[in-house]
Amino acid sequence: MSITENVLGDRQRLAYIASQAADSRLNVELETEGMTLNIGPQHPATHGTLRIIARLDGEQVVWAEPSCGYMHRGYEKLAEVRTYPQVTTLINRIDWLGSFANEVPFILAAEKLMEIEAPVRAQYIRTILFELSRIANVSLFLGDLGVQLGAITPVFIAFRDREYVLNLIESATGGRFHPNFDRIGGLKDDLPAGWVDETRAVMKKLRGFCDQIEDLLFGNEIFQSRTRGIGVVPRDVALQYGLSGANLRASGVDWDLRRDHKLPMAWDKVDWKVWTHPDGDSFARCWIRLQETRESTKIVDQLLDLIPAGPVMAKVPKIIKVPEGEAWVSTENPLGEMGYYVVSRGDLGPFRVKIRSASFNNISITPWLLRGVYVPDIVTILASLYFILGDIDR
Amino acid sequence: MNPILAEIPYWGQSLLRVLGGLVAVLLPAGTIVYVFLFKMMSFMQSRLGPMEAGPYGSMQLFAEVGKWLQKEDIVPERADVRIFKMAPVIVLLSTFLLVVVVPFGPDAWFTDFETGVFYALAVSSVSVLGILIAGWASANKYSLLGGLRAAGQLIAYELPMVLAVMGVVIQAGTMNLQKIVVAQNSGSMFGFDAVGHPYVISQFVGFVIFMIAIQAELTQAPFDMPIAESELVSGYMTEYSGFRFLIFFIGEFATAGVFAMIASVLFLGGWGVPFAWFGWTSIDDIDNWMNIAGPIIMLTKMMLLVFIIMWIRFSYPRLREDQLQRFAWKGLIPVALGNIMVTSILKVVF
Repeated sequence: MSITENVLGDRQRLAYIASQAADSRLNVELETEGMTLNIGPQHPATHGTLRIIARLDGEQVVWAEPSCGYMHRGYEKLAEVRTYPQVTTLINRIDWLGSFANEVPFILAAEKLMEIEAPVRAQYIRTILFELSRIANVSLFLGDLGVQLGAITPVFIAFRDREYVLNLIESATGGRFHPNFDRIGGLKDDLPAGWVDETRAVMKKLRGFCDQIEDLLFGNEIFQSRTRGIGVVPRDVALQYGLSGANLRASGVDWDLRRDHKLPMAWDKVDWKVWTHPDGDSFARCWIRLQETRESTKIVDQLLDLIPAGPVMAKVPKIIKVPEGEAWVSTENPLGEMGYYVVSRGDLGPFRVKIRSASFNNISITPWLLRGVYVPDIVTILASLYFILGDIDR
Repeated sequence: MNPILAEIPYWGQSLLRVLGGLVAVLLPAGTIVYVFLFKMMSFMQSRLGPMEAGPYGSMQLFAEVGKWLQKEDIVPERADVRIFKMAPVIVLLSTFLLVVVVPFGPDAWFTDFETGVFYALAVSSVSVLGILIAGWASANKYSLLGGLRAAGQLIAYELPMVLAVMGVVIQAGTMNLQKIVVAQNSGSMFGFDAVGHPYVISQFVGFVIFMIAIQAELTQAPFDMPIAESELVSGYMTEYSGFRFLIFFIGEFATAGVFAMIASVLFLGGWGVPFAWFGWTSIDDIDNWMNIAGPIIMLTKMMLLVFIIMWIRFSYPRLREDQLQRFAWKGLIPVALGNIMVTSILKVVF
């Protein structure tokens, strides 16, 4: 309401009130009534078990609210009864498309409490795998975007090219989806022989994939007319709702934890750019993610040249006991800011873990964003906000 | 009428017509599903498609039909049962009614309507009724939204389709589809008659509008809001299962085939070859072998047009409902009206 008042002058506001009054009289005469549409928990647009309750007036949404928790697995509680190395198995499954990226902040938090740091080589490999999981995650988003908007071909191209990245992750870590590779004090293993050259070739392919998706989707007039100006999040609203990641950068906020946080990782060693977009609409959010995939391939390429020799594991005791204390570490994950607040009482396992996952905060804006849009735009907005159900419900 | 056909008794002719109608609707539908939906789509998406059933998966469709026939025919508890069961039949029926006026050769036609174009356009809108009652009778909110969207869309795109065909009718001077074919193949452009005078050249604007309109009439992407699977699950088809879904499915592709046939009759010269090639002057001169070659030529042209429809379907995202309506009322209809005006002026001038 406040925005309307600022934009419209007095005369226009009176005309607006008069038209609203006329509408309400018309509605009384015709006795129209709204319809409550229950989108989900099982619905193709929510790719998971998110439920959105929407009150419709015709095809227009009057009121909408997300209802989550259908996939809650209680990871915060489960983490309390596990030792530190065991927790990584759980948190792998939070954002299942970029699993390795979930492990890193937790391990960094534990390392911070133990006051150790991984060897430089391990830091570089961590950063490379982190960016690879970002590419695997976001490339699927770029394909899925097409499906949500009705174009069925991009998703198959995305699946084809994501496979190369998953193969890389598998050959390095042994797991395609859930690597469970990060250890307190370093990594489980060194890279296999020939992996570096292979990765260079795949990064080249991935840049080709980005160009292809840009041609196929982003240049399409229908795609642009479906996404431009839809679901606009102004800068201050984005900050108020605690959006993070590409959703925030699409609203023009220059904020990237990879650059802004001082972490024992290798992002500050290479040259890359944080993209922002002034518009804040669905197109901006999708475009930012496309550009970020390109930046990630650049980061990986440069790191492969710089990667130093040495051990991948620091000297840590066989049985890991984390000293008493509290630590908060967050990183820029594929979906946004992901952080762990670890409270230790000096035991084998954490006393309490608070998981701050990006999607949960990102979808909190949906009631604000979905008001007044048409039913097809619900899908566009949900797709462009980009959430993973595991990341919402944990 | 052809002397060979004239000797067959009336009941035999009727039987042949029924069989011919079934073949003319179901054969193209099956071919389209296999060639385009299964194979072309797979190749566009860097996969192979069905490969197990028969050579290169060519028997896959029979397997699918068998699967659907075995499935339970589920009727929702709160559905309006009689109407719910009737809806898919109405949709398929309109396709059969539509194929009746399509000529396949000099003598290979079902009925020789003087007002064939008028009839075809009238009958093609019957399917709206089936879709609307399917959406209503399902007692499902997604179905209802899909049905209403379909009704709005099909009515909006009926108009540019009719207006696009008007140009052809003005140019040919007849509403009989058979005579439109003859007019195109016996015609000449500025004395040059080697390719006849297919109206796709002189009525190119009309052809493009007609193709866009049938893309929307068939609810194929980018105009597939009625069944938009990411928004409305499956639109008006959500509650259908088993053979009723199969009828909807066949209806979709059979209608695509029949609309493409009508488009090829109106714009590409239908079953005919340019008469100048063989020195024919009128329809009575045509040799009997054209009754065999005609359907083949016709199906080739049909496949070409369906290829274009499917190509667009597989590569474009979906429009929004209001954008679709705006496109029809503010874009296509004024252009089609302008096309009619220019055509009628030129018709008088030349």
